[in-house]
Amino acid sequence: MGLVVAGGLYAAFAPRPATAEEASSQQIEAGRQLFLIGCASCHGKNAEGILTKRDNNYGPTLVGVGAAAVDFQVGTGRMPLAQAGPQAPRKDPEYTATETSQLAAYIASLAPGPAIPDSEYTDYSKTTVEQLREGGEFFRTNCTACHNSVGAGGALPGGRYAPSLVGVSAKHIYEAMVTGPQQMPVFADTTITPEDKKNVIAYIKKVQSQPEYGGMAGGGLGPVSEGLFTWLIGIGAMVGFAVWIGAHGARVKKR
Amino acid sequence: MTDTEYTNIEDTGLGKKAGGPVEWLDDRLGLAGMAKKNLRKVFPEHWSFMLGEVALWSFVVLLLTGVFLTFWFQPSMNETVYNGPYNPLHGLTMSQAYASTLDISFSVRGGLLIRQIHHWAAMLFVAAMMLHMLRVFFTGAYRKPREINWLIGVGLLSMGLVEGFAGYSLPDDLLSGTGLRFVDGLLRSIPLVGSYLESFMFGGEYPGDVIIPRLYMAHILLVPALLLGLIGAHMLLLVYHKHTQWPGPGRTEKNVVGYPMLPVYAAKAGGFFFVVFGFTALMGAILQVNPIWAYGPYNPSEVTAGSQPDWYMGFSEGAIRLMPNWESTIFGFTWSWNIFIPGVGAMGLLFTALGAWPFIESWITGDKREHHLLERPRNAPVRTALGVAGMTAFAVLWIGGGNDIIATKFHLNIYTITKTLRIGLFVFPVIAFMVTKRICVGLQRQDANSILHGYETGVIERTPSGAFSERHAPLPAEIQYTITTHDRLPMLEAPAEADKNGVAAPHSRAAKLRARARKFYYHGAVDKPTVEDVHHAEEHLGEIAGHPVELGDDFQGVSETGVPRVH
Repeated sequence: MGLVVAGGLYAAFAPRPATAEEASSQQIEAGRQLFLIGCASCHGKNAEGILTKRDNNYGPTLVGVGAAAVDFQVGTGRMPLAQAGPQAPRKDPEYTATETSQLAAYIASLAPGPAIPDSEYTDYSKTTVEQLREGGEFFRTNCTACHNSVGAGGALPGGRYAPSLVGVSAKHIYEAMVTGPQQMPVFADTTITPEDKKNVIAYIKKVQSQPEYGGMAGGGLGPVSEGLFTWLIGIGAMVGFAVWIGAHGARVKKR
Repeated sequence: MTDTEYTNIEDTGLGKKAGGPVEWLDDRLGLAGMAKKNLRKVFPEHWSFMLGEVALWSFVVLLLTGVFLTFWFQPSMNETVYNGPYNPLHGLTMSQAYASTLDISFSVRGGLLIRQIHHWAAMLFVAAMMLHMLRVFFTGAYRKPREINWLIGVGLLSMGLVEGFAGYSLPDDLLSGTGLRFVDGLLRSIPLVGSYLESFMFGGEYPGDVIIPRLYMAHILLVPALLLGLIGAHMLLLVYHKHTQWPGPGRTEKNVVGYPMLPVYAAKAGGFFFVVFGFTALMGAILQVNPIWAYGPYNPSEVTAGSQPDWYMGFSEGAIRLMPNWESTIFGFTWSWNIFIPGVGAMGLLFTALGAWPFIESWITGDKREHHLLERPRNAPVRTALGVAGMTAFAVLWIGGGNDIIATKFHLNIYTITKTLRIGLFVFPVIAFMVTKRICVGLQRQDANSILHGYETGVIERTPSGAFSERHAPLPAEIQYTITTHDRLPMLEAPAEADKNGVAAPHSRAAKLRARARKFYYHGAVDKPTVEDVHHAEEHLGEIAGHPVELGDDFQGVSETGVPRVH
């Protein structure tokens, strides 16, 4: 959560292209009403955060996290949290797209922060071969260590994990990079430019949408699932054939 | 059956035509005598005897597909720019090894299929070797005179691991490079000489630019030649010793009951080759294996989550993942126990234990006789239990090697898995030992019981007074023979403390140790009933309900309501 705040603060001071459309005061007010009902019990009535008696974070402050953080957390169903745990899991969103944008407008109105990306940075349909290669290089350098080479996800200490990137929208991947939710580091625009972020997204989408060359892939998990196939399918079949051949001797009488 | 008229083969049309060339060959090679003997060589029949064949045939598949791959693979770490059809890597700088593997996968016709058959066959090869070894272990087939062949088998397994690992490292993708980094760490963890070993192997500091050509040489020449030689020796010894067989009527230590090499066994074994080849081809066609294009080219600064070795090195990976992070500095040298103990130690322990076991066992049992009849696993409870304990330890390490995949797929905490397995590595094998031994002893008791009291027929009888009992019938003679043909347990004697002159016996410490080992080895095992036991059961238990009664040849089992089905 420190990362979220740090990222938010950084983004607040770093100049960046204006991407969010100006939110109307109506939207902000509607968002505040939704916030008071659904979020304030943990994040505080003015999104200032709530500390426990031992000064631990009950719900972190949302001042300065920006619209992108809200859109990511609420839009992927991670917030509102169903139960306390090592990490908020992705689930069906509780709020509609309109409500989410109202919440985002309210949080964005509190202090400057990363905005929801423009579609020019999330539309990867016109990616060139060079951009795809670049995206792959960035992905392997920065992302695969946790998210796996095809974005199948991976384990982190203490029950936390890097979630699978399968079926995550380009906008949400982008927002995760700029806001650094949960265990994820922030990849600010000075580290990976918005164009490079788009290329990374294009690479992820490409490797996940291309045909599974060579057959059924076992979830992109690598040698563990291959070993499972070796023993269950390969050795299983071989022993089956051995028993079959062994039972059909030249002079074995069948009753 | 009517008498059949036979024509001698030399009088048939084929015989007349083939006779000349065959005689020409025999005059020069003189193989007829050997062929005459060996073509009638008898092999016993059992499905478990074919597990080694799976390994042999997958090795043949590996040779065939491997030759195909060498036509296109370039074992070079020189850099090149990829211009092939796989778009996401197009224009990327990479090693020629990786680029040529991409070409095999995407540009060479049938290349991906052959590559995948090669990889599946490799994983099957090691798996079949291990399964074959377990069969040999649990049936005591390694006992005299086959100890050397067992050692050759252990050598084959270790060579198989090296060969598989070298192959895994060749494509120079991100996964194989990570595996090489692992080996580099293992080498460097060896105290004092580690960094020199690294220099020798990698030609300088890791990764260098010679390791792939060197591994290629090992993978296609050195290790396959060793494997072929060892396989040849393994098979020659098999023919020389003759195959072991299960005990049973007519099967003794001096004969082999089964089918002749020609035509039966050759047809079966030859057919099995096509089954193995066909099935690995099927796996290669429908199951993706090692998608090198998804990993990207190797770059020492990159890594992917879920980096694992192929399954046969998983125990080694697991040992390292489970080991606490112990490290010390002595005399200015770093001693990396956290890698040396599990990495070098786990593999060393495995192969030392495997190689030493036949000799340890014969030292314990004092059995120096030849054995051609197999032992049923239950009749050597401690050996069977030790085997299962070893398998359990292997499995714990194996699971440890995949702890991250297990954590994400089963939503568990990776630390919990690791800590459980750390304790489990020491606790689970002991539990497995006790449970297995108990099951073996239970089965031995059941055997003894069915000899003395017969088997349960399912026929329920009611006495005039109203009591119910189940009728037992004697086992068929051949089954009685089969389950009682093993040796009796030996008498255990304390070693002599002193010789007849009262002088302390030489080697008394070794003798005491051996006596303790014998006690452990035979403790709890149930001996088969003696002849007196059987006579006693026949003569004195006849009136007791539940005692075996002859049912006659027309007994066909019982119906669901317990009424004998008799014609």
